[in-house]
Amino acid sequence: MSRKLGYTAVLLGLLIAPFALYPVLLMKILCFALFACAFNLLIGFTGLLSFGHAAFFGGAAYITGHALKMWGLPFELGILTGTLFAALVGWVIGGLAIRRQGIYFTMITLALAQMLFFVFLQAPFTGGEDGLQSIPRGYLLGVIDLRNDLTMYYVVLAIMVLSFALIVRVIHSPFGQVLKAVRENEPRATSLGYEVARYKSLAFVLSAALAGLAGSVKAVVLGFGTLTDVHWSMSGLVVLMTLVGGMGTLFGPVLGAIIIIALENKLGDVGAWLAQVTAVEWFNTLGESVTMITGLIFVICVLAFRRGIIGELVARLR
Amino acid sequence: MEIFGIPLAAFLGQLLLGLVNGSFYAMLSLGLAVIFGLLNVINFAHGALYMMGAFLAWMGLQYFGISYWVMLLLAPLMIALFGMVIERSMLRWLYQLDHLYGLLLTFGVTLIIEGVFRSFYGVSGQPFAVPPQLAGATDLGFMMLPIYRAWVVVASLVVCLVTWFVIEKTRLGAYLRAGTENPRMVEAFGINVPLMVTLTYGFGVALAAFAGVLAAPVLQVSPLMGSNLIVTIFAVVVIGGMGSILGSIVTGLALGVIEGLTKVFYPELSSTVVFIIMAIVLLVRPAGLFGREK
Repeated sequence: MSRKLGYTAVLLGLLIAPFALYPVLLMKILCFALFACAFNLLIGFTGLLSFGHAAFFGGAAYITGHALKMWGLPFELGILTGTLFAALVGWVIGGLAIRRQGIYFTMITLALAQMLFFVFLQAPFTGGEDGLQSIPRGYLLGVIDLRNDLTMYYVVLAIMVLSFALIVRVIHSPFGQVLKAVRENEPRATSLGYEVARYKSLAFVLSAALAGLAGSVKAVVLGFGTLTDVHWSMSGLVVLMTLVGGMGTLFGPVLGAIIIIALENKLGDVGAWLAQVTAVEWFNTLGESVTMITGLIFVICVLAFRRGIIGELVARLR
Repeated sequence: MEIFGIPLAAFLGQLLLGLVNGSFYAMLSLGLAVIFGLLNVINFAHGALYMMGAFLAWMGLQYFGISYWVMLLLAPLMIALFGMVIERSMLRWLYQLDHLYGLLLTFGVTLIIEGVFRSFYGVSGQPFAVPPQLAGATDLGFMMLPIYRAWVVVASLVVCLVTWFVIEKTRLGAYLRAGTENPRMVEAFGINVPLMVTLTYGFGVALAAFAGVLAAPVLQVSPLMGSNLIVTIFAVVVIGGMGSILGSIVTGLALGVIEGLTKVFYPELSSTVVFIIMAIVLLVRPAGLFGREK
């Protein structure tokens, strides 16, 4: 009962949020929240640490952008193309990476994503260092004008809520239970007769596709795709979001995404304020030192705070 | 004289450049393998520490007028010290946990180090002159040999082979290998394993710093020089497998050469060739060329 109430409250909050906050920032947060949830499906519920999720997120952003801008596809088909691309790349990268276990799996995803980064860097359609600019938003189902930020926000919200519901459904399905078994004890899952490789591969493709969906929507919302989105630092960022919020919790990644994106956006202001208060000139450059701060959060989280915010809360409440 | 339509001098020049890069790959993947063997930690910070090594050499010359030769010894020592502080203060607490936390921690450390250097030096490269003793080139008749590049290859090979000798043929190395196999047993024989772990981490990152100083005059000294390299090193490690010291060295050198030759014959592929080879190796021999299946 209280859980249903909680879900309703969050949903209501999201419905009125764009009247209080800047809709584009909210949409960006929603996209990253889905990205982190997709990533969490692997690390939190299957026990696989992928360090290559930027390839799906940024890659789908490029493909969707290109499909909308150059092929003139409508909004829905553009998003679908990007998502399918991510699923396909996920199938290839996942298929190669699950041939090794543990830390090697992570290194392989990182290396293959880096290869894709170079491909996108050199491919003519991505615009190289300048990125893919001025992606049109177009119309939903041919009638609803998405150029209005508020309309776009509700469309994005609908996509995100549906995807989140899908993730929740998957986690609680028999399939999700097998994934958990793989996470807890892989040899045992094998000996129980489950084809672990197939489950891992399917989880990887699902996670990649959802990460791609997030990237596609982000590209449409902001109107551009850049190399930053395919770079490994983006893969690191999504790991951090999940870690901060709580790996293996449902809402942890969402909370982590909110915190990290807010931090990225507000760090410059915080630095300016600190410079004013403490009269240390260096704080003014804090806005440019985002990587340093994210690194610091990483170290603190890993050393002292491994369950993340939600994980910590759940552990305390029990 | 030409080879497949490429002038021989240009071909040999790229071959040498490939060997130079291969030497860096070899030294870095060797350090990574030694650390992983004993600590079970994939040291993401390896690239950042390599970058710090190069920067220390540059700073020594720039601010204090300390010569390249002194820094070639001093920088690895300083980085070893720095690494040992990291190991004692942070990594130590993660050994009982899943290996992925070690990777995440060193990833965070990488971001901090890079962020600090970027906030001071920006992203552009700092030029570093080749030391006067090694400047210029000798004429071998069929090609001009830049002396510094030859020095890099020779110095790295010597360091790699000495490392191999120490680990495989000496008593100290025997302790280390035993520690890799069964640390508790080694401890029971009265060997201070925690100290050995700290020293091993220090030694591994010192190798990275040594490579960094060697690289300073060849590549530009920039805060980003380590971050792209580390991903390639990971691919090298996956290809070679971390089971064998000589394997790491050979794989590193070979991939450097292959990358160099790709630059000659098909430049578009030069930045991705290592990853393609990794994909093929995973398909054919998942444990890596020199790796053992667990």
